[in-house]
Amino acid sequence: MSFVEYSDCIQDGDVAIVYLGHNSVMPVKVQQGAQTQTRYGVIRHSSDLIGQPYGSKVTCSKGGWVYVLHPTPELWTVALPHRTQILYTTDIATITMMLELKPGSVVCESGTGSGSLSHAILRTIAPTGHLHTVEFHQQRAEKVQEEFTEHRVDHLVTVRNQDVCKDGFGVTGVADAVFLDIPSPWEAVGHAKAAMKRQAGGRLCSFSPCIEQVQRTCQALVDQGFQEINTLEVLLRIHDVRTVSLPLPDFGPDSRSDGVEETSPNHAAVSLKTTTPPREMPGHTGYLTFATKPRT
Amino acid sequence: MNAECFVSPHDEYRIQQGDYVVLKRGDIFKAVQIVPKKKIIFEKQWFFLDNAVGNLYSTTFEISSGGILQPQKLKETGTPSDLKEAGTDNRNIVDDGKSQKLTRDDIETLKEQGLKGQEIIQQLIENSSTFRDKTEYAQDKYIKKKKKKYENTVTVLKPSCRILAMMYHGREPGKICHLRYDTLAQMLTLANIHARSKVLVFETCAGLVLGSIMERMGGYGSVIQMYPGGGPVRAGVESFGFPAHFHDTLHEFPICHVNALLAGDLDTTAKDPTADEKLCFLFEVSGTKKRHKWRPDLLVFFCFYQAQERKVKLEEKRKKLAAAAALLEGRNADGLVIASRFHPCPVLMTLLRFLAPSRPFVVYSQYKETLIECYTKLKEQGGTVNLRLSDTWLRHYQVLPNRTHPVLLMSGGGGYLLSGMTVAVDQSKPAASQRSEEPAPKRQKLKDTEG
Repeated sequence: MSFVEYSDCIQDGDVAIVYLGHNSVMPVKVQQGAQTQTRYGVIRHSSDLIGQPYGSKVTCSKGGWVYVLHPTPELWTVALPHRTQILYTTDIATITMMLELKPGSVVCESGTGSGSLSHAILRTIAPTGHLHTVEFHQQRAEKVQEEFTEHRVDHLVTVRNQDVCKDGFGVTGVADAVFLDIPSPWEAVGHAKAAMKRQAGGRLCSFSPCIEQVQRTCQALVDQGFQEINTLEVLLRIHDVRTVSLPLPDFGPDSRSDGVEETSPNHAAVSLKTTTPPREMPGHTGYLTFATKPRT
Repeated sequence: MNAECFVSPHDEYRIQQGDYVVLKRGDIFKAVQIVPKKKIIFEKQWFFLDNAVGNLYSTTFEISSGGILQPQKLKETGTPSDLKEAGTDNRNIVDDGKSQKLTRDDIETLKEQGLKGQEIIQQLIENSSTFRDKTEYAQDKYIKKKKKKYENTVTVLKPSCRILAMMYHGREPGKICHLRYDTLAQMLTLANIHARSKVLVFETCAGLVLGSIMERMGGYGSVIQMYPGGGPVRAGVESFGFPAHFHDTLHEFPICHVNALLAGDLDTTAKDPTADEKLCFLFEVSGTKKRHKWRPDLLVFFCFYQAQERKVKLEEKRKKLAAAAALLEGRNADGLVIASRFHPCPVLMTLLRFLAPSRPFVVYSQYKETLIECYTKLKEQGGTVNLRLSDTWLRHYQVLPNRTHPVLLMSGGGGYLLSGMTVAVDQSKPAASQRSEEPAPKRQKLKDTEG
């Protein structure tokens, strides 16, 4: 198992994702002799997990059952323990494409936060790319480094505990893409430019919840000569598939009909397969600003 | 130090002869190949790309007379007018269509005189009676509008999924089933497309989806394109300009053989070679005789040669089919992506059988109803979890000081996605119950039943 390559069977030391039901997942560190509590009962790692194929159904002690899935960055995003507000898959997917990430890309990111985007980047740039990620909070930097090691992706990433606005990314002239998710991204634009390759075409993305931040960042991008500056937002809409039963009204006997009644008391409803929107949905995560670096 | 010093023989950052590139002006893109002395028509202008060769990608060129490209000097981004004179509002500005003193003919004359875009705009400003009454913002907007019309520049870009997806969506959405670029982005991520995996693709999006998947795999692993009809459509893949070795990872398999493969009935072994040869020879004779009646001796030689060629081609085809079948037989593919004009339900239900357990799949459809059907069938059959029917809402913003707001026009829709994950099929329990994939769900207070 690794977050950048599939394997077939669960092994000691793997990080697996336990699927408990709709929208409910939890990460599990697989260990010989260990146990995990779930609402359906206990999972015994040695007998229930190790050696079983990923995707297997596991019956827990109380009789309920779960599925054990191979980790992916998307499952990790939903399962990971939050240390900060994280980026979700919808924004991550847009960022990945708009930054033109692919195997071999060299990427700089700050702040690392809880590592949600980081894992997705690593999956995309493997096996030949590299991620330089900067986090100014010491404990968060240490925790995310631990996770990268556990997830067997540490060879693809360098974590630096520093302030990107003051000290930059720790590398210059190497990045194909830079991502900023910090309170004052306009202060890091200069460092971002320096971290990027000298040839034109490097891509930059800044994620900010507030429009004022976006305005200041765009101004900084213009000042630093960036091109193709573009701000957008993307929102996910989920459609709940439902079978809906609609009762038919009774207007009394119809004298116009020729005796063939369609709506006898037995067929007083119509069944409809449709989707309904959720009652509420996330209406805003952040604005995504993209730009292209010109040749320097 | 000048970056131009570092020129290596095969520099991926420099435009080379034969490269597939994308031309850009403003928001308009066009994919072309660099061919010597070939006239290119783009945005009502014609030019030759010969001069682009040797320059770095993302260079912007000016189109001078005769269609010759010249790299644009970097200083040309300032506003032409130094006049700070501007009005405060439009209460006294009357739009009678007479404020511009230059006629269309005058402007044509200026163009013929060889005036550059910037200079024409300067002329337009000087000959506009209302320009200095406009507010600073209105002046800005006016200049931007004129720039879009009169600046004759073109940027040469290296192709990428992002650029090609935006190009197809803007130019020929019908060819890609109206797949919007952010929806494509979601597909690539939800299907966990990455290097060293084995991905199945069924698409009728001119090869855009296939090419995007190949880009994200970086030449590692394998992609098997399942195709309907006579042959796989891959026109869009060419535009990506992948290095030759990427095509080694690309396989194809005709869907007309899928049922046989699933039943174990597909025979891809070589048949009797001499029978093949004879057949090919006879085929050639019958065809060629009609065209070359006058040289019977050459006829025999020619037919024999053609028959050999045909035999070699058939053998290649057989080998390719066998290779693709071998990849599929194990039923251990790592991902499935469907995006086509065909009804997705049968495609999904059939191709899912080739996926290993605990692997993602994504189905795109222009229409929600088809995916509702897929969702329902999957729930009935079991073997999948995390099913989600979704679409994305996309909005662009204009960000300028004191003029920040969403852009006036926005996309009405980008299509729908159904995504999910396979799980091990439960052998012991029949998959009849509606809730077989959901352990002990909460009771619902509403009359509606889920799924």
